[in-house]
Amino acid sequence: MKASLLIAVMAIVTILLRFLPFLLFRKHTPQYILYLGKVLPQAIIGMLVVFCLKDISPSGHLSGIPELTAVACVAGAQAWKRNSLLSILAGTILYMALVQTVFC
Amino acid sequence: MNTQTIRQAFYKSIPVLAGYVVIGMGFGILMRNAGYGAAWAAAMSIFMYAGSMQYVGVGLLTGGASVLTTAITTFMVNARHLFYSISMINTYKDAGKYKPFMIFTLTDETYSLLCDGKVPAGVEPERYRFFVSFFNYCYWIAGSILGNLLGAVLPFSTAGIEFSMTALFVAAFTEQWLETKNHVPALTGLWCTLLSLAVFGRENFLIPAMLLITLALSLLRRDGEETL
Repeated sequence: MKASLLIAVMAIVTILLRFLPFLLFRKHTPQYILYLGKVLPQAIIGMLVVFCLKDISPSGHLSGIPELTAVACVAGAQAWKRNSLLSILAGTILYMALVQTVFC
Repeated sequence: MNTQTIRQAFYKSIPVLAGYVVIGMGFGILMRNAGYGAAWAAAMSIFMYAGSMQYVGVGLLTGGASVLTTAITTFMVNARHLFYSISMINTYKDAGKYKPFMIFTLTDETYSLLCDGKVPAGVEPERYRFFVSFFNYCYWIAGSILGNLLGAVLPFSTAGIEFSMTALFVAAFTEQWLETKNHVPALTGLWCTLLSLAVFGRENFLIPAMLLITLALSLLRRDGEETL
């Protein structure tokens, strides 16, 4: 019973966070919000990249070498072919190979 | 119904397929270990659909957290969704009947696939975005149920497959970098987050990073600069 209540609370708060901006700016979207909508995606993707790599540290066990190698592979492949699926596959396979063989 | 639209949406969602099934399975296994069966795991994935918060949520359930603690924790962990929604107001404005579902399913990964506002040639834009959102939602629910049922008995090593999420963001970042002349927003995102990570540590840096990014971008805004 308690678990259902807590899951309901988590679901409601999450849904509110997702819907609030759409409800607040339904009729008229201020220029400032439109500006944020334009620039935030690039900044937040940058933030998410850092977020994914937050657990690597120079003093750590693997010093982040597999992560940074695979990140370079993804960025390089993307710059070369401009095909996201290809870049993601190449980077992920390289990373899996590195952590399962070289750096295990 | 334009099948090309569905095919293109599926193609776009493939990178998330691997990541969501694996991370979803991780969540399913965690729930099983905490004593909650597949119906519970499915309920959380269906009604919350927020990856990192669901992991945190398992801890709240087993720890017997209060309603208030649960509400505040959810707000802190998921506050970033406010920013995703703000930046999608314009892109989703013509989504019509698909709009409520698309807002509900705006996760980090769905956002990263759709935030550039572009759609492939020859597809119906609103239906395309709906199907990308819908496919991702299915992967996540399927992963969490599968993980809960199968547990930790997998015949092959999937070690490292979680990197597909990182790769997804790096590819999106690189693509946006190559497409835009003004790199100030991208660099602002990187530097503000690194600064926040250095100051607040890896457990608590996300909210300060977002506030810092918003503040920096607001200060960098020039008059009449709505289109870059």
